[in-house]
Amino acid sequence: MKTFAELNFPGRLIAVEGLDGSGKSTQIYLVKRWLEAEGIKVYFSEWNSSEIVKTATSKGKKRELLTPTTFSLIHATDFADRYERHLLPLLRAGYVVLCDRYIFTAFARDVVRGCPPEWVRGIYNFAALPDITLFFKTDLEVSLNRILEGRPKLKFFEAGMDLRLSADPYESFRIFQGRVLDQYIAMSDEFKFVVMDANQNVEKQQSIVRKLVSEKIELKKFRRRSPLPLPPAFQSPEPKNQESDEDLAAAV
Amino acid sequence: MSNTGEKNACRCFYGHGIPRVKLEELAGKLIAVEGADGSGRSTQIARLVDWLETGGHPTVQVGLKRSNLVSKELEQAQKGNILSRSTLSLFYATDFADQLENIILPALKAGFIVLADRYIYTLMARDMVRGMDESWLKNLYGIAIKPDAVFYLSVQPQELVQRNLAKNATLDYWESGMDIGLSRDVFDSFVKYQTAMQGAFKKLQKTYGFTIIDGNRPVGSITKELRKKIRAVLAEKGNTD
Repeated sequence: MKTFAELNFPGRLIAVEGLDGSGKSTQIYLVKRWLEAEGIKVYFSEWNSSEIVKTATSKGKKRELLTPTTFSLIHATDFADRYERHLLPLLRAGYVVLCDRYIFTAFARDVVRGCPPEWVRGIYNFAALPDITLFFKTDLEVSLNRILEGRPKLKFFEAGMDLRLSADPYESFRIFQGRVLDQYIAMSDEFKFVVMDANQNVEKQQSIVRKLVSEKIELKKFRRRSPLPLPPAFQSPEPKNQESDEDLAAAV
Repeated sequence: MSNTGEKNACRCFYGHGIPRVKLEELAGKLIAVEGADGSGRSTQIARLVDWLETGGHPTVQVGLKRSNLVSKELEQAQKGNILSRSTLSLFYATDFADQLENIILPALKAGFIVLADRYIYTLMARDMVRGMDESWLKNLYGIAIKPDAVFYLSVQPQELVQRNLAKNATLDYWESGMDIGLSRDVFDSFVKYQTAMQGAFKKLQKTYGFTIIDGNRPVGSITKELRKKIRAVLAEKGNTD
């Protein structure tokens, strides 16, 4: 598997991974605000958000119809739809795409649910790897407390109740999250996660993230400009300005 | 019990299968019938159900886009033709897996004869024609249980055209493969697509070894052949205690 940069995509993909309550969504949101303010072409994509698959997913979850296999497949369908219809074209068009969860969420959860790791990874092998994967690693108790304090009603699959780990949703959630965390840790080296200490203060984490992103991605190449240049095939040869040269550079 | 099995007597998954399923408990029989629209597939399945039930065998039918979980959404998405190929492929796989776990496996456990109006091979062939990687598909459908028999009703594309037009006065968008742009002309596209599908089936036949039935013949003689072959399957160990 290769990253988007290695596959010569003009765009770049940054993914955040971690347990619920690890603060990853806050961090990626702040990255989005920063990049927008910098005039970067940025797009934000969430796990589990494809329109077409959504009704089926929520029906399956509400009525508890899902098995580990169908749970895995319906999320893969959702991911494929977002990947093929949004992420790929945007990455072709030179966007910086921010993903709140990526394929590693599936790798971790589905394996905890008992799906064979090779099977799950095989299914997702149409997807390229992120250029940066930030893993927000908290102590299990910290993320558990954040979730259990603020949102006491746990959903069936969210708590891993389908695994029959415990009749008590809270206890089930604890065990389930612990196993997911183990999976993330086990994947860290293999997929070159940047491990973030998510126990520390939010602003401090954000400044580390911003520094890292600007080091790894040459952001000025991803600036939005207006008016939008025409695609090369239709561009008339005469009016050439500096910006269009920069475009060419960004495309490499 | 001591009756040693033939090549189809093994009860196994193609790949990793479904977690926590006890294969030895699946006493029923799974019979899949594959073939294009107009190959006589549905007619033959209806006749087989009649015959089997009259003979005292409990039967259950499954098919494509019939799952509780996603059939409606899949239908809807297909109408708009808005799904990309991996998405559509995974959507169909979800539909299949839902039926596998909720219908096929329980029915086999209860000793039923499950008739599949198309199985994973049609899904794989469609995706192969659309340029998807065969090994990816093989991994994906490693969840599937190996049927006791698979019959592929092979009919010449030209004959399929005639049968489809006689029945519906039109050629189906998807059965003509119009989504892949083989031709703007539906008639041409249909023939090209069905030819490509037969090629894909031939390729799959080498891996999965199903029985090819000449579907160009009259309905009655095809039924006769199917019955004969299914009788042999039923005689194999495992069905009757």
